[in-house]
Amino acid sequence: MSQTVFAPWADPDQKPLIRFENVTKKFGEFVAIDDLSLDIYEQEFFALLGPSGCGKTTMMRMLAGFENPTSGRMLLAGQDIAGVPPNKRAVNMMFQSYALFPHLSIWDNIAFGLRRDNKPKDEINARVEEMLKLTRLEKFARRKPHQISGGQRQRVALARSLAKAPKLLLLDEPMGALDKKLRQDTQFELMDIQETTGTTFVIVTHDQEEAMTVASRVAVMDEGRIIQVATPADIYEAPNSIYVADFIGDVNLFNGTTSPEGDDRYAVHWAEGHPPLIATSAQPFSDGQSSHFAIRPEKIAISTERPTETANVLQGKVLDIAYLGNISTYHVALPSGQIIKAQTANTRRISRRAITWEDPVWLSWNATAGVLLDR
Amino acid sequence: MKRLSWFNVTSLTLGFAFLYLPMVLLVIYSFNASKLVTVWAGFSPRWYGELMQNEAFLDAALVTLKVAVASSTLATILGTMAAYVLVRGGRFMGRTLFSGMIYAPLVMPEVITGLSLLLLFIGIGMDRGVLTIVLAHTTFSMCYVSVVVSSRLMTFDRSLEEAALDLGSSPWTAFRLITLPIIAPAVISGWLLAFTLSLDDLVIASFVSGPSSTTLPIKIFSAVRLGVSPEINALSTLMIGIVTIGVIIASLISKRNSLRAQNDAQAAERATG
Repeated sequence: MSQTVFAPWADPDQKPLIRFENVTKKFGEFVAIDDLSLDIYEQEFFALLGPSGCGKTTMMRMLAGFENPTSGRMLLAGQDIAGVPPNKRAVNMMFQSYALFPHLSIWDNIAFGLRRDNKPKDEINARVEEMLKLTRLEKFARRKPHQISGGQRQRVALARSLAKAPKLLLLDEPMGALDKKLRQDTQFELMDIQETTGTTFVIVTHDQEEAMTVASRVAVMDEGRIIQVATPADIYEAPNSIYVADFIGDVNLFNGTTSPEGDDRYAVHWAEGHPPLIATSAQPFSDGQSSHFAIRPEKIAISTERPTETANVLQGKVLDIAYLGNISTYHVALPSGQIIKAQTANTRRISRRAITWEDPVWLSWNATAGVLLDR
Repeated sequence: MKRLSWFNVTSLTLGFAFLYLPMVLLVIYSFNASKLVTVWAGFSPRWYGELMQNEAFLDAALVTLKVAVASSTLATILGTMAAYVLVRGGRFMGRTLFSGMIYAPLVMPEVITGLSLLLLFIGIGMDRGVLTIVLAHTTFSMCYVSVVVSSRLMTFDRSLEEAALDLGSSPWTAFRLITLPIIAPAVISGWLLAFTLSLDDLVIASFVSGPSSTTLPIKIFSAVRLGVSPEINALSTLMIGIVTIGVIIASLISKRNSLRAQNDAQAAERATG
């Protein structure tokens, strides 16, 4: 069975559900969002990722209608939504604190939005029951929010914000208050629910793992600007800057100057007395241009004997070994003093460790293993 | 139980004697059979019976109650509105001035408040009576309500209101269905505060009351100037009793609420393991 890949952003005929056009938001002198343009498509699970203070929450609050852009346009399904109050938008939000109404039962919390639309009673009842079933909360309908656990509260908040079947659901750090194990389960649950309902989700998070797990596309933000928008795989394997490469996962960086070698191949001169690193790059670099070569630890092979086939080989000494169970990370000091991280999967159980502290080792990778960055 | 040292016992006794001896004396003498206040002539509840016959006192009590209910209700509405604007209004022009002006009556001498209100009522040609007392009491108790309610609003999670707006309610509906029920305890205690302030106000009421509208404190004060009568002792004892019962009920309610919340939290912990 062939399945079409979900990628509306790659199709020029697709109309975006949300469009930010040169949106700027200032609080007094402080620029929270800086001339930002972005398209988000229907049924996407879109993640806004960045450190605190990068403007991701401001973007969400502008979508919900709690803030208005200082300049620029925001379109929802082609309609300019600037100045439309939150209660008149087909957008619902799940708050970081959940914001459950403490004096109302779970049932009444979920029914709150439906009642505001003056829907007939049996329609409201049916919808609430449906939401309770979707989030597996049937047993708790009559309880008050303080009589259930944190994970259940999170599901109530989700059910309440989904009850009105919004065009767009905003999730502000939805799993911030859950412990790690529960968070992982919830992530998959969230993806299931998103798929079942077909709602467009925009999630704000500072947890890169969470963004990678749930999202169809990730926008990495910094200081009110979007640095890169791409699928999780592209963000990880083809970051467009040191900032993105460093923010998502672990990375080794070599700073140097490039010289073209033809066929998209470049030599990176990174240290006196060392042979240059060979890397491929679709983006052109000129001769002598300063650049940064980024490579993930798991792309580097570590061995006690010098490999012959690979394009890049460096020698070093093992400084530290971090054993994490499934993988081990080796910290290897190069003669230049730089420390390189290399990772191997521990595929065999309690295998005799060939490499130990202070061992001289060879690090190697081929030309396509890393990326060449100009910023 | 730990035994208290003699020093602690002494200071406790002295402290409580200082606070309550006058009141205890008053209560005891209200049951005095003699008409002379300072001479004990045996136990008798007769002055309570006489009090119930005294039209003037009963009228004054009725006026006081009317004034207290009306002024505390008005003060609660206005004070809550003021608190809401000051806490939620953001940084509008003159906000600091407004909040200062709302809290100023807290420290304003009552004589001055009373006098200025009297001048105002004379100036606009308003006959002094129950209405003027209600207005005057509203003026000075409103700021107390505003203080109580705004301190509750400051700790109120704003995202609750935002969630209500987000789910499609107008700002007024959000206030009515979400904010008001949650801050209700603060609003109620603001009302109770305004009520008791109005009940025992003498100074302002004596400035703005008219011949037909004597409140209980004014009545008691003028009666005492002619000599303390056992009837007044009885009346005061009744007031002490009412206030005590009110305080006990209020503290029981708040204790039960916190206990219930605690039990619920524990039950939730157990249910989810």
